[in-house]
Amino acid sequence: MAGSGTAHLRGEDALLSVRNLVVEYHTDAGTVQAVSDVSFDVLPGETLGIVGESGCGKSSMGRAVLRLGGMTSGEISCAGERIDRADEKTMRALRRDMQMIFQNALGSLNPRRHVKEIVAEGLAIDGVPKAERDRRATDMLEEVGLTPERFSDMLPRQLSGGQAQRVAIARALALRPKLLVCDEPVSALDVSVQAQILNLMEKLKPEFDLTVVFIAHDLAVVRSVSDRVLVMYLGKVCEFGDSVEVYDNPVHPYTRALLESVPLPDPDRPFTGSPLEGDVPSPLAPPTGCRFSGRCPAAQERCARSEPEIREVLPGRFAACHYPLAAAADLPDPDARAAAADRREPQGREHEPTGRRPEGA
Amino acid sequence: MTEQSSSEQKDPRAVKPEPLLHVTHLRAYLSSRHGVVKAVDDVSFEVGHGEAMGLVGESGSGKSVMSRAIMGLMPRRSDRTGSVLFKGRELIGLPRKEMSEIWGPQISMVFQDPGRSLNPVVPVERQLTEGMRRHLGLGRSEARGRALQLLREVGVSDPERRLRNYPHEMSGGMCQRVMIAAALACEPDLLIADEPTTALDVTIQRQILDLLRRVQRERNMSMILISHNLPLVAGRTDRTAVMYAGRLAETGSTRQVFESPRHRYTAALLAATPTITHERHSPFRLIPGTLPNPVKPPAGCRFAARCDHFHGPCHELGPDMTPVAAGHHVACADPVPAPAAVGARGGEHDGR
Ligand SMILES: Nc1ncnc2c1ncn2[C@@H]1O[C@H](COP(=O)(O)OP(=O)(O)OP(=O)(O)O)[C@@H](O)[C@H]1O
Ligand SMILES: Nc1ncnc2c1ncn2[C@@H]1O[C@H](COP(=O)(O)OP(=O)(O)O)[C@@H](O)[C@H]1O
Ligand code: SF4
Ligand code: SF4
Ligand SMILES: [Mg+2]
Ligand SMILES: [Mg+2]
Repeated sequence: MAGSGTAHLRGEDALLSVRNLVVEYHTDAGTVQAVSDVSFDVLPGETLGIVGESGCGKSSMGRAVLRLGGMTSGEISCAGERIDRADEKTMRALRRDMQMIFQNALGSLNPRRHVKEIVAEGLAIDGVPKAERDRRATDMLEEVGLTPERFSDMLPRQLSGGQAQRVAIARALALRPKLLVCDEPVSALDVSVQAQILNLMEKLKPEFDLTVVFIAHDLAVVRSVSDRVLVMYLGKVCEFGDSVEVYDNPVHPYTRALLESVPLPDPDRPFTGSPLEGDVPSPLAPPTGCRFSGRCPAAQERCARSEPEIREVLPGRFAACHYPLAAAADLPDPDARAAAADRREPQGREHEPTGRRPEGA
Repeated sequence: MTEQSSSEQKDPRAVKPEPLLHVTHLRAYLSSRHGVVKAVDDVSFEVGHGEAMGLVGESGSGKSVMSRAIMGLMPRRSDRTGSVLFKGRELIGLPRKEMSEIWGPQISMVFQDPGRSLNPVVPVERQLTEGMRRHLGLGRSEARGRALQLLREVGVSDPERRLRNYPHEMSGGMCQRVMIAAALACEPDLLIADEPTTALDVTIQRQILDLLRRVQRERNMSMILISHNLPLVAGRTDRTAVMYAGRLAETGSTRQVFESPRHRYTAALLAATPTITHERHSPFRLIPGTLPNPVKPPAGCRFAARCDHFHGPCHELGPDMTPVAAGHHVACADPVPAPAAVGARGGEHDGR
């Protein structure tokens, strides 16, 4: 199963754990499996970047994690609480710990409320007294770089896109959440404003002790903010690992193709490699076997037949691919590999380019 | 301005030192609820034969309005002044009927959103052949043959089947290819591609950019490639123009602009652009503030309020560009010294 499997999970230490998440939408044209058996963990204080092309299921997953959208099956826990099973009362308490910010910040702000009230929204629901709310809202505006005297009494429509995103961040952080899920938080912003927001987030992460899930399609942005990165394709996980290592040395052919499609600001070397052919297939009828098999330059006969299970290809690096790109020579020595495998359940399989073993899935 | 003098076979008269497109003091003012928007405010530049020019700038800087002003596709309540010489012919003031003879065989356009320029109720075949039959006087089967050939040229698989498709039956990337095919159908001398890949995924964006550059070179066509994403034009164009708040900040060879930007805005914008090699968790260089209000743009340099090299003379600066190197011009009172040693300054977040 491309992108299924649990070899990459880090279990008990995680703040957020997602197991076998499936999100389906039922449409007139049929059932779309937007998220198809995805599992991942985020450790406390870590930023997990989630990248992939449009429609691969990033937003559906982000919404499901906070129970803002439906999920079909799977398990989600945050700080030990099962979100998927929580009743409304528990959920209300959990919401404080988990906040989300969106691409369209302006649209997420109540147009008739003043900025200060918007920032204090969650505090009011929480029953914080008015004077305390005002004080904390003012502090938060200060934190996100909006002068309280100037902005407190503004209405959302008087804000620029970047200012609206600052207000959304202030509102989310006013509750001192443990987990912040950001869905394309800077995609709608101009480069100069985008840099302001990214710098702000870097400043706030340690200050607020935040664990962040950062969803974006811009690979450069994701690399700059993330400790680990999860690459998705058509609802499945392709690759997971340290963000710098994944970018410097991708082992999944899709990750590599994505990276090679990012234009470089270099007149001599606009792209790094050869382009990927074809279109993303319809999620209504995903390809059999590996979902990337129709476009994959490394695909072999087996790929369209059987789905690869996620496994540790390099230490700390997981990929769902029968023929990962790391050459056998790049693999660590067998002892280190065995040790790494021992620490994890179930065991990561060895690199086996000939693929004669029976399928695990 | 360009070395390649192109269209020998097409039009012998075109072999002149004169650029294909020569824009001078172009202004395009649009009326809005808040007053007159000075979207394009005294812009001059040239595009040579067979040359690809990148036009970059953040959203709202006036790129789209400028391309529409060149095409003569202005909204009703608007005002356009200055000069747009295309092959030596003045397009400003040209009656709509004569302009419509230019759209297609002379200048054509590819837009960001294929939905807006492909007709949703017309099959691909007619979208491609209509212009050819009208402008090139081709018969039905001849036009159909050329349409098939064009679709193959832009990398559409199974072109016979595609001819029967309606736009909603195709993916975004496929629609964009069909649009490019339609824009190429009448063999234009100039193709204006306004954010042609912004709505597309990176892997498809890559395919479309490769395609545009390839056909531009193969046909020795001129092209203006417009984008808010600077890296995107870097490897696809010969020259680059940087636009800010309705004016041009800098023009030069693409290499000059990217490797030694001289205008303070260009340098700051490049430094703020995330690249795939940006060091993790390290701050980006900031440009504080936002674009000025296009209804009341400030006097002098429009970037002044955001520029840390601002000083007295910046307030006096006009729209004219001064040369800083051969073929490299800026409108800046205190340009970055050459060769660009743009110090990466701190990343303190701005406290607006
Ligand atoms: N409410 C819905 N009803 C039906 N299908 C949906 C719905 N929301 C999403 N989908 C489908 O689910 C798939 C995943 O969508 P999702 O919005 O999660 O993708 P994404 O990765 O966030 O994409 P983008 O980068 O465009 O934001 C897509 O095929 C999409 O069309
Ligand atoms: N039809 C219109 N009426 C009024 N103002 C407009 C119209 N179209 C664009 N503008 C304004 O003109 C300026 C330049 O816009 P545009 O050319 O679309 O920028 P870009 O393409 O560089 O993002 C902006 O301030 C924009 O709001
Ligand atoms: S090599 Fe096979 S399994 Fe791996 S990504 Fe390509 S098609 Fe999928
Ligand atoms: S003219 Fe002055 S304010 Fe404008 S960019 Fe140059 S140095 Fe900065
Ligand atoms: Mg999304
Ligand atoms: Mg535009």
